[in-house]
Amino acid sequence: MFSEFLQYLFTGITIGATYALIALGFTLIYNANHVINFAQGEFLMIGGMATVSLTAMGVPMLLAIVLAVVLAGLMGIALQRLAIAPAKDANVVTLIIITIGASIFIRGLAQLVWGKKYHVMPNFSGDEPIEVFGAVLNSQSLWVLGVGAVLVAVLVYFFTRTMTGKAILATSMNKDAARLVGIRTQMVLMLAFMVSALLGSIAGIVVAPITFTSYDIGIILGLKGFVAAAIGGLGSGVGAVVGGLALGVVEAMAAGYLSSDYKDAVAFSMILLVLFFMPRGLFGAKVVERV
Amino acid sequence: MVAKLSEFRLKGLVFLAIVVFALPLFISNPFHYSLATQIALIAGAVVGLNLLVGFAGQISLGHAGFFGLGAYFSAIMTSHYGWSAIPALIVGAFGVGIIAWVVGRPILRLKGHYLSMATLAVGFIIAIILNNEREMTGGPDGMPVPAFDVFGWELSPFGQYSLFGMDISGDLAWYLFAGVVLLVAVWLAQNLIDSPIGRALRSVHGSEVAASVVGVNTTKYKSLVFVISAVYASVMGALYAHFQGFITPAVAGFEFSILLITMVVLGGMGSTIGVIIGAVVLELLPQVLADFQEFEMVLFGLILMLTMIFMPKGLLPTVANFLAKRRSKSAGGDA
Repeated sequence: MFSEFLQYLFTGITIGATYALIALGFTLIYNANHVINFAQGEFLMIGGMATVSLTAMGVPMLLAIVLAVVLAGLMGIALQRLAIAPAKDANVVTLIIITIGASIFIRGLAQLVWGKKYHVMPNFSGDEPIEVFGAVLNSQSLWVLGVGAVLVAVLVYFFTRTMTGKAILATSMNKDAARLVGIRTQMVLMLAFMVSALLGSIAGIVVAPITFTSYDIGIILGLKGFVAAAIGGLGSGVGAVVGGLALGVVEAMAAGYLSSDYKDAVAFSMILLVLFFMPRGLFGAKVVERV
Repeated sequence: MVAKLSEFRLKGLVFLAIVVFALPLFISNPFHYSLATQIALIAGAVVGLNLLVGFAGQISLGHAGFFGLGAYFSAIMTSHYGWSAIPALIVGAFGVGIIAWVVGRPILRLKGHYLSMATLAVGFIIAIILNNEREMTGGPDGMPVPAFDVFGWELSPFGQYSLFGMDISGDLAWYLFAGVVLLVAVWLAQNLIDSPIGRALRSVHGSEVAASVVGVNTTKYKSLVFVISAVYASVMGALYAHFQGFITPAVAGFEFSILLITMVVLGGMGSTIGVIIGAVVLELLPQVLADFQEFEMVLFGLILMLTMIFMPKGLLPTVANFLAKRRSKSAGGDA
């Protein structure tokens, strides 16, 4: 009984940590630019797929990971420079469609390079599962949680202790004022997309041994990240982490105790329920609309 | 000004009617008729969505859910319960309207991205239900749908009919029917836009706070237009199901929702003829790109991105603007 519950909890927290990282990526770009980046999931796909194919070509694992992350980072910069920046006067829906166009484009490229097959990535540290109170814990789950925790710590440090991080925060609060005090806001926007892409690709790499990976895995992962970010409240870092973990755990419990067919329906009902009572998510900033 | 505006709208309707009825002079292949019929029905749903997105300024990323509900309600009632197509379509549209009203009330309080998220969630939940209730819907494999029937008379793409003494094939008959449905859909939408409701909606689009300050009940109008656009989707979905003869849950899916809103934005939000052009372009594009085989997806994404970056207002408004500018320039040159 308890071991069953624990089992679902492990699954939920693992996938939830991934959602949290994707949601953080959404949050970063949303804060910098007020854009919801529907291509966010593609960064995960690029991370996982590039690592798998590079290791298959004989590149050592660690180097392959670094190269995959760099590739994703460059794509993030390209996305901001080539697709978002030129459309600066576009409204919200138009920007959404542009990022959707970008995600179809990236997916199309991935399909050209890597084909449509599912690819398997081996666990980082062996297939020996760990037993905890009768529940089985995949060793890769520990990697996901560990890497997730480290990334969150790095982000906190970056935003509270470094000049660059503070510049991003300042730009998100008031772009014009930030420019007045000498922050190069275009540079900051580019940086936000890059960091977001780095986050996404790292999440994609650590989770790939659990979920497998293919050219179209980014769609549903990206959407779940968006759900997590909205549950937490768009723009809130704490919200993204809490939203991600909550979504993962609720989903795993629903799959375990109710029906795995309806686990996604539970996730989407959860976001509706949260928004009915808290229209700006759990931790969303209360803003006054200026007329 | 208003008279001029409605004259312009009438011109759009006449233009559309000419295109719809002249098209059979240029095509004769059953595949082309089938494609044209499909485009007309989807365009009808897009015209409804445009009322919500283009005029009231609200986003829906889940509209295929209502299209799918209409399609499946009609399919299930006609095949499992022996209903005739018309009552199934009407009861379905009514039911979808009620669902949209119940869901719309709380959802439409949300703003911007939260509204996108909520409508996306509603669409997903509908698609998941259609996917999983296998006994009713056939699950992911889909289900067959009986032909569209009116008082025992059947309209099937494979039939032969005579109209005013002329023999016409089932493909052509379906195409003409879909074309007339689209014209009616456009006419109804334009009447709505020119009515006091339409003006209230545009004020909501301009500034919701300002609209409510001058006494527009914004919640009521937003719910109303949400219901109307859902009913449009439901009716078109039902017709689409009967026309295709077979449906899968993809008609309610996320990708189709995205396609519908992309048609609105690409064609030109707020322009009824523009969004129909958007539907035509986005339905024909994959046909053209199919020749490029594995490059299809890359090209589709690229074209979508570039069009939206360089024409953020959409195809028709951008072209119209460009022509107007040129005309005023040459007029200035003459003077």
